[in-house]
Amino acid sequence: MAAGEELTLTGYIKHHLTNGQVRLSDDPNNWWMVLNVDTLAWSIGLGLIFLWIFKRAANKATLGVPGKFQCFIEMVVEFVDSNVKDTFHGKSKLIAPLALTIFVWVFLMNLMDLIPVDFLPTAAALISGESWDVISSGQSHTYMKVVPTTDLNLTLAMGLGVFALIIFYSIRVKGVMGFVKELTLQPFNVKNPVVQALFIPVNLLLELVTLFAKPISLALRLFGNLYAGELIFILIAAIGLFQLPLHFVWAVFHILVIVLQAFIFMMLTIVYLSMASTDH
Amino acid sequence: MSLNLTLLGELIAFIVFVWFCMKFVWPPLNGAIEARQKKIEDGLAASDKAEKDLELARKKATAELKDAKSQAAEIIEQAKKRATQIVDEETSRGHDERENIIAQGHSEIEAERNRVKEELRKQVATLAVIGAQKILEREINEAAHSDIVEKLVAEL
Repeated sequence: MAAGEELTLTGYIKHHLTNGQVRLSDDPNNWWMVLNVDTLAWSIGLGLIFLWIFKRAANKATLGVPGKFQCFIEMVVEFVDSNVKDTFHGKSKLIAPLALTIFVWVFLMNLMDLIPVDFLPTAAALISGESWDVISSGQSHTYMKVVPTTDLNLTLAMGLGVFALIIFYSIRVKGVMGFVKELTLQPFNVKNPVVQALFIPVNLLLELVTLFAKPISLALRLFGNLYAGELIFILIAAIGLFQLPLHFVWAVFHILVIVLQAFIFMMLTIVYLSMASTDH
Repeated sequence: MSLNLTLLGELIAFIVFVWFCMKFVWPPLNGAIEARQKKIEDGLAASDKAEKDLELARKKATAELKDAKSQAAEIIEQAKKRATQIVDEETSRGHDERENIIAQGHSEIEAERNRVKEELRKQVATLAVIGAQKILEREINEAAHSDIVEKLVAEL
């Protein structure tokens, strides 16, 4: 980045970490009625790409010798399926497609991280009609974060989706009373009913923390990893000409991170749902 | 890092994606994979079975060949025996026939000889009578002395 008069490192980083937002409310203090359009557009677009690719493979699926594209898609499906079968021992039509969606969708969104940080925001600013001078001096008013997983809204939404499924499976397998018992009679379990009654609030506190930690840890882990990775990409992009080798090194390392984070999110989802549907 | 309505939007998108994947993507893909796995498994099993069948057929063929060989040997042995037997039979039959023919010849010769003997005897008798006639010339009555002549003839 050529250092313009107004362009500071802080400003550059801030610009990159700001979502392109649409306010749905006239009240500037209303923080809820805001849409992060960039996150929504990129995530939904990538989700549609995922579904389109896999639907195409599904339509072409034959019993005969599969093509290379078919093989690749089926490899992904089998990879997810074997992970699900290893971990989740119940019968469920939902878990495997859920795991596949999480894995591929999160991977695609993370993959956006490998695109050099200025490409897409600059392109967006040019398309929206801003001049090159304005953009290169950091005065652009077009904000765009292209990696949806660096937006806590998205990761938390996925975490909450998994959370809802955890509760759904817990209740379906153990019943409401079973679920309540699990929350209150663990980890401290004594024979004496009076002492047990004393332990119930403690148990409830501990178990609720455990329960709520699941979606929050899912969301924060993915968000934190990708946010940090993106931040380092921005820092590298800010140092000028020497960014090229550094960017390459960090990108190579990041290939590992993006796959790993997608895999971890998928795996933990399966593990949590497996725990939820196992009666102790 | 502020939370806002995007959260809800992403939650809805997430649910829709998972639902679509569960409804339209996963079943055909997984079904195709499992069906193909089954097909390959069946194919392998069939090839195993075919191999076993081939081995079995080979063994059976060998056994059959061995059987046929021994049978052939037996048949040849029998044929040889039979041939010997036929030769023996024919030889003895020929022998018998020869004996018969010889015996027949003998008897024919015998009969001829008897006939000739008889003829000769008659002629000798006649000759004797004629001789006696010539010797006795006039007096001898053929009828009265025929018994002497008969005796003579019988002595011949």
